[in-house]
Amino acid sequence: MTMIFGVPLAVLSGQLLIGVINGAFYALLSLGLAVIFGLLKIINFAHGAMYMLGAMATVILFDALGVNYWVALFLAPLLVGVFGMLVEYFLLRRIAGQDHIYSLLLTFGIALLVQGVLTNLYGVSGLRYAMPDMFKGGINLGFMFLPYYRAWVIGVALLVCFGTWFMIEKTKLGAYLRAGTEDAQLMQGFGVNVPLLVSLTYGFGVMLAAFAGVLAAPIYSVTPVMGSHILIVVFAVVVIGGMGSIGGAIITGVLMGVIEGLTKTFYPPASSAVIFLVMVVVLMVRPTGLFGKEA
Amino acid sequence: MTQPVNPADIHNTILAQQKAEDRKKLAINTVFIAILLVAPFVLYPVFLMKILCFALFAVAFNLLFGFTGLLSFGHAAFLATGGYTTGYLLSQHSGLTTELGILAGTLVATVLGLAFALLSIRRQGIYFAMVTLALSQLVFFFYVQSPFTGGEDGMHGIPRGELFGLISLEDNHNMYYFVLAVFIACYVLVQRVVSSPFGQVLRAIKQNEPRAVSLGYNVDRHKVLAFVISAALAGLAGSLKSVVFQLASLNDAHWHMSGEVILMTLVGGMGTLLGPVVGATFVVNVEYQLSQGPLRDWVDPILGGIFVLTVLAFRNGIVGEIQKFVRRNLG
Repeated sequence: MTMIFGVPLAVLSGQLLIGVINGAFYALLSLGLAVIFGLLKIINFAHGAMYMLGAMATVILFDALGVNYWVALFLAPLLVGVFGMLVEYFLLRRIAGQDHIYSLLLTFGIALLVQGVLTNLYGVSGLRYAMPDMFKGGINLGFMFLPYYRAWVIGVALLVCFGTWFMIEKTKLGAYLRAGTEDAQLMQGFGVNVPLLVSLTYGFGVMLAAFAGVLAAPIYSVTPVMGSHILIVVFAVVVIGGMGSIGGAIITGVLMGVIEGLTKTFYPPASSAVIFLVMVVVLMVRPTGLFGKEA
Repeated sequence: MTQPVNPADIHNTILAQQKAEDRKKLAINTVFIAILLVAPFVLYPVFLMKILCFALFAVAFNLLFGFTGLLSFGHAAFLATGGYTTGYLLSQHSGLTTELGILAGTLVATVLGLAFALLSIRRQGIYFAMVTLALSQLVFFFYVQSPFTGGEDGMHGIPRGELFGLISLEDNHNMYYFVLAVFIACYVLVQRVVSSPFGQVLRAIKQNEPRAVSLGYNVDRHKVLAFVISAALAGLAGSLKSVVFQLASLNDAHWHMSGEVILMTLVGGMGTLLGPVVGATFVVNVEYQLSQGPLRDWVDPILGGIFVLTVLAFRNGIVGEIQKFVRRNLG
């Protein structure tokens, strides 16, 4: 068997695969954070809760109504997106003029609320979601075994990331969004419905999180607390990458997933801490982050 | 027509006003201290000590959040570090007197605070919140995996020992008065810090950082110092707490705890001296009352709801709103 630094190739590539998948989730989540931050100038502490809602909705829709995976892939993000827009309309908007710290604290409170209610309804032990039949099995690549579902997650996550990047950088709607990031007041003066744009942006960012949640449902254990841990990791990823660019968020996300996977192979005890350690190093060497422009 | 005013008169009026204000404050403080002195004969001392420890924690946090405008999402790390250090030292070295153990815990938390501050000060605003949260999570993982903390089980049976090797702290009343003395000393310290020229600069930074920079203040150094003081006091709160409960657990290191101290400060009134104390009393009581009743599983969502309500409806907090009311109607 081929060995690399004393580790069997199959183990190494297996961990790398898991790393890329985790990275895809980090990328989707930090992308949503970056989109919301761009226009609303807030860090959405409820992002983890929205990711969790996406996953929970997938399971609950299936258990209660028999909604299959493919429908859930659209329906769950849509529901969570609508929920997000309601949150924006009824809560965040009321304090839009205040210090951004308050909006941040508000989203934190919402996260506690949502997570707490679901914990009471469903417990913390986790719900099971059966892998859709067509994803069962995988293919042998010679040096490793690639489960179909994992390949699908990586593919579709990167596709959605790319689509988002394309929409923001290359379309008219994206141009509005970028203009709003620069000067929302001026844009309002040009006749763009900024409040609507803000609602849609928050809804869209939250949808990305919920979409990640649906993708996660068959492979991770679905619990009401699944969002809070990954959110803190994503914060570290955001600090490392900086929120200056959409592309930067995607690249950093995948990169950090891979680094985490490698650490799990070579020095397992540090695997849960390695991203935070990278963050410390980046803060010391390059305080603005790898792709960041402002401090 | 405006009458010509003698500047000396204005000066005297202001002085008189200040004196009256000072007298009022002294009267209020005397009443509070009298209540705190009698309290353990009426209420369960351990419960009161819990409130005092969290009040100290919130007062420490408020120095940074309320007075400097820096939102740290990682203060649980200092609370836990103080608690674990003190707990470990007191359990391992039976010769150590309690106050030395507490001092050591505070010291380690202070050093950790300096490390946090130097790293996080490089980022501003919301990045600051994210960096502190991520750093505290790093500390959390460290405590999860370190054998000396007892991991998920926590550190049990920490001896309370004897203060200065003389006074037994096993007695709840002795313990209470010791905690109270430390609390009052810290409260006065924060009061002095806030009203000192240093504290004025902190407020200036909070209100308008670029202006403070342009006035020639070394803003980063002020921020770091405020952070370190805040971390030290938070660590002290953790040390005290571990001695009072004879227990240090992972709960104290969890991000949830960082959120809780924000809630205490916010509900009580950020940027006021008394606010965090009132907020801590409120939150500890709400948690206790809920845990006794049929809603015992709903503590978290209810706290989340209080969080949302506070931010939406009364951002000034309990003390802040009372101050506003007094100023509007009686001032």
